[in-house]
Amino acid sequence: MIDYSKILSPTVVNTPKSGIRKFFDLMESMDDVVGLTVGQPDFVTPWHIREAGITSLEKGKTYYTSNAGTLELRQEIVNYMSRRFHVNYVPEKEVIVTVGGSEAIDIALRACIEVGDEVIIPTPSFVCYAPLTALCGGVPVTLETKYEDKFKINPEALKAAITPKTKMLVLPYPNNPTGAIMTEDELRDIAEVIKDTNIVVLSDEIYAEMTYGRNHCSFASIDGMWERTIIASGFSKSYAMTGWRLGYICAPKELTEQMLKIHQYGIMSSPTTSQFAAIEALKNGDADIQMMVEEYNRRRRYIYNALKGLGIDSFEPEGAFYIFPNVGKFGMTSDEFCNRLINEQRCAIVPGSAFGAGGEGFARISYAYSIKHITQALERIEAFIKTL
Amino acid sequence: MNFELLKLLESDARLTPEQLSIMLDISVEKVRADIAELEAAGIILGYKTLIDWEKTERESVSAMIDVKLIPQRDSGFDRVAEKIYNYPEVKAVYLMSGGYDLSVLIEGKTMKEVAYFVAQKLATIDSVMSTATHFVLHKYKDTGVVYETGEVDERGNCN
Repeated sequence: MIDYSKILSPTVVNTPKSGIRKFFDLMESMDDVVGLTVGQPDFVTPWHIREAGITSLEKGKTYYTSNAGTLELRQEIVNYMSRRFHVNYVPEKEVIVTVGGSEAIDIALRACIEVGDEVIIPTPSFVCYAPLTALCGGVPVTLETKYEDKFKINPEALKAAITPKTKMLVLPYPNNPTGAIMTEDELRDIAEVIKDTNIVVLSDEIYAEMTYGRNHCSFASIDGMWERTIIASGFSKSYAMTGWRLGYICAPKELTEQMLKIHQYGIMSSPTTSQFAAIEALKNGDADIQMMVEEYNRRRRYIYNALKGLGIDSFEPEGAFYIFPNVGKFGMTSDEFCNRLINEQRCAIVPGSAFGAGGEGFARISYAYSIKHITQALERIEAFIKTL
Repeated sequence: MNFELLKLLESDARLTPEQLSIMLDISVEKVRADIAELEAAGIILGYKTLIDWEKTERESVSAMIDVKLIPQRDSGFDRVAEKIYNYPEVKAVYLMSGGYDLSVLIEGKTMKEVAYFVAQKLATIDSVMSTATHFVLHKYKDTGVVYETGEVDERGNCN
């Protein structure tokens, strides 16, 4: 009989399952749950974008593209990055079209991280950075952000986390799960800390379009930072295209050249249909983004005020589509709070502890839902806290 | 003018002033005042409920009628349009460019009732030259709302 334990890589076996997965499994085992858990838009991909994908299929465009993606799409990505965020790249050399933002993050880490290299990961944050670092043999170094700092990176704390082994800083803003953003001035403070080091920054800007009240500032646009920034982004959130699995990397050619090898051997090329749809999105989708962002903004204000009305504090989120209320005052861990909420009132929100250090005492609520659905969920939350 | 308020009310008339105040980031008083002003100006004309009658027991049919007219001296098409829209069974009347003049949307209990209306009431109006009646077989989408979507939230929980 085969002994799988001798087959499997200990590094993979020792990688923990995603903490949010456990909670989602529990949720899916129950009926009548009103959830605010989903981390993706409730909008359908705008019809003109879907149609561009369909047309490409009708025309028989079912081949592999070049490894880095079609040049037309890379050109459109470059135009978009310049138009929206004032950062400039060369389409032939500095852009790779990836399978979602997730692959972008993966190949950025794999191109840079070796055994023993340290990667500074601010938390609470999306769950993939530490496991992907560990799979490269790297050492994830947690940089806990605080409610008092509106979950932004504190430059002093960052300075203290840097060691001679630090190779990379992950910059996950606008942030999932906290809704925090980093402004241009705040990014300058970060730049000040790292400018004389040899640290590269992986800036996960997948939520760049989802900011409220001010535009997103890309780290690559900060003076002197372009040469040390890898932007990972994609179409999922901004154009409601999660299922198309399409993202991209923008980075200096010395980095993309190496990342492209990993993408080339592991993926070949990103889905062709999705690439054609994405060209249409970038060319004619600005109004769609605006429509969706306006809608998220209304919901954001609605849920922020409603939670405040229930006596639950949260700092006002400025980006993404999550709010991260403080549930610590109810005398339970966030796990207990969320478990009781789902068991007693059939309302699901995600425990903040699933997003790493600093998340304990909080819960992630997604507002990528209709106002009607949000209202229904809030009624259940209200009913629950009245029993406490 | 508060276009955002209008857009929100157009999509859901049941949003309360309190909800609208939060969503638009203006005071409840301002919401109430804006709505009152828009109503007074005849911009907000009313609030209705969208009903899919096909799902009920109630029998109903609707038809779109293309009407060709002889324009009248002094009043053009206005007087005859008024004559037509005053009938309660007429749900909409539009003045059209192209091959005919008025498009009349009518609702009745039965096809017979609609036919009777066309033959007895509409066609007998002096300036009506001809009519062409098209019965509606099924409504897919009306006033921006898709009927029978049957859509459920299938989004996966994966991040």
